[in-house]
Amino acid sequence: MKRFLWIPAAALAACTTTGHAPGTGERPKLSERDLEQVTAQIKRDFKPRGQATMERVNLDEVQRACNVHNDNPPANVAKPLEDAQLKAVKFPAGSLIGDWKKGERIAQSGRGAMWSDKPGVQEGGSCYNCHQLNPKVEAYGTIGPSLAGFGKIRGNRPEIQRYVYGKIYNAKAYNLCSHMPRLSATLNEEQIKDLVALLLDPASPVNQ
Amino acid sequence: MMRRLAGRALAASALAAFAAAALAQQKSPFADYQRMAAENAPIELYELAGEEAWKKRQGPKNVSLEQCDLGQGAGVLKGAYAGLPRYFADAGRVMDLETRLLHCMMSLQGRTREEATQRVFGNADKPSEMEVLSAFVAGQSHGMPLRPGSGHAKEKASYEMGEKLFFHRAGPWDFSCASCHGEEGKRIRMSGLPVLTKAEYTRPLMATWPAYRVSTSAFVTLQWRMNDCYRQMRMPEPLFGSDTTVDLINYMTMNAQGVVYRGPAIKR
Amino acid sequence: MAGPMKMRATLGSGYTDVRVLMTHPMATEQQTKGNPHFIQNLTVKVNGKTVIEGEISQAVSRNPVFTFRLAGGAKGDKIEVSWLDNKGDTNKTETAVA
Repeated sequence: MKRFLWIPAAALAACTTTGHAPGTGERPKLSERDLEQVTAQIKRDFKPRGQATMERVNLDEVQRACNVHNDNPPANVAKPLEDAQLKAVKFPAGSLIGDWKKGERIAQSGRGAMWSDKPGVQEGGSCYNCHQLNPKVEAYGTIGPSLAGFGKIRGNRPEIQRYVYGKIYNAKAYNLCSHMPRLSATLNEEQIKDLVALLLDPASPVNQ
Repeated sequence: MMRRLAGRALAASALAAFAAAALAQQKSPFADYQRMAAENAPIELYELAGEEAWKKRQGPKNVSLEQCDLGQGAGVLKGAYAGLPRYFADAGRVMDLETRLLHCMMSLQGRTREEATQRVFGNADKPSEMEVLSAFVAGQSHGMPLRPGSGHAKEKASYEMGEKLFFHRAGPWDFSCASCHGEEGKRIRMSGLPVLTKAEYTRPLMATWPAYRVSTSAFVTLQWRMNDCYRQMRMPEPLFGSDTTVDLINYMTMNAQGVVYRGPAIKR
Repeated sequence: MAGPMKMRATLGSGYTDVRVLMTHPMATEQQTKGNPHFIQNLTVKVNGKTVIEGEISQAVSRNPVFTFRLAGGAKGDKIEVSWLDNKGDTNKTETAVA
């Protein structure tokens, strides 16, 4: 009859190279080598499915910078990368404000880019997953700041339109390690304009 | 000047109190619902089905899983789940419950990986073999503290890898586990997000998986949760029982160690 | 092949509380687009004598739980609960009052 054996957390902590007791909420300091090690394991342990190809696991320079700097890179690292991201934003000509009614649907939809999604079908921005938007809608997340009254507070002149469009297209251009996804990977120009309308159009429920 | 500051402080604390009260109000109807759902949960049905599966002769070797060693000796069920994940010398790696069950299906029953993992995640109409087995085995550790591991070096390495994976941002949406599970007090829509790096939040969670999910009438396991998280993170699919899935489950279980297991439980 | 059924019968003072969990999809006409599958009849017997003959409909959801209280009862009394669905499938379970 095997005796049940366990190692007290303190003893285990003394042995881990991360040097901390489990469950304390600490964040490890990752090196480039760690990222390579993790990526290699992911390549071994994952398989492509639907639209989620293995190409997705390769880190780009933004992800690498954020991973090694614990999402808090120094200015000399962040600024050049942010500038490069901003240069790559494709701003449409003319007005950047689309249809807020379509925008609300896009904001509500949590679909898009997953292996369970058919490409081009009902893609959304998952905006309500993280943000409050229409103040009358109670089911909203709090990972990102509330956007209720956004257009009312900031107005909708061209500079603001450009900021909102750019931010949705590529949030990392403004804040390198933002939690917000780079939605240009999933949404097209028309859809992003519709989201801009949701935030800035005075008639939008967000601004009532 | 002082009076203005004091006024602001008062307003801030009043707001905090109001928010706390609002949250408490919000919690109480949920608590009632949870209690009612828990009283009549079909957990026992899954445990019963799992017991049948455990005892069923299968595979080319035509034997049951009854001699499977889940870490406490061949066939020992009591407390086995509470000791997982752990290192298994016969496999040369750290394994969680489902990985170990798969190992026994292959080694004891002679089944192929392909056949045994053909349908690892079921649905409301028909749970999978892995799900009912998980319910049965986990239920045998009900009331015991979770003490994963056996002191083997590979378990520490697995924890460290799990931790690195947890913070690793990748994929078209740049998500890591920490994107959602790294900050206190956050929620995704109306679902509270536990901070899985901290014992305080990870304990109540690891104490209740695997679980019956009311919203889908389905029984779900930790391997399923790892799979479904990566799907929602816009990543490709993790292989069932892979090191990555085990490392993450190990990371969370170690962060939660000591909590008294009260599963299989019920979830929204 | 019907899924598992589990019952518990506990003696109180002058009564017996019974709780039975049944596995059944309880799928409605609407859900199945014209091919409903649900329990129609429930029968409860105590020591071989029928005490409840129940009819339930597709309004009851998946994996129903039936809890009821019987007057009287003694330790060791045999409770049997059986069901019959609209497709002719049946299942039953038996337990002794604890």
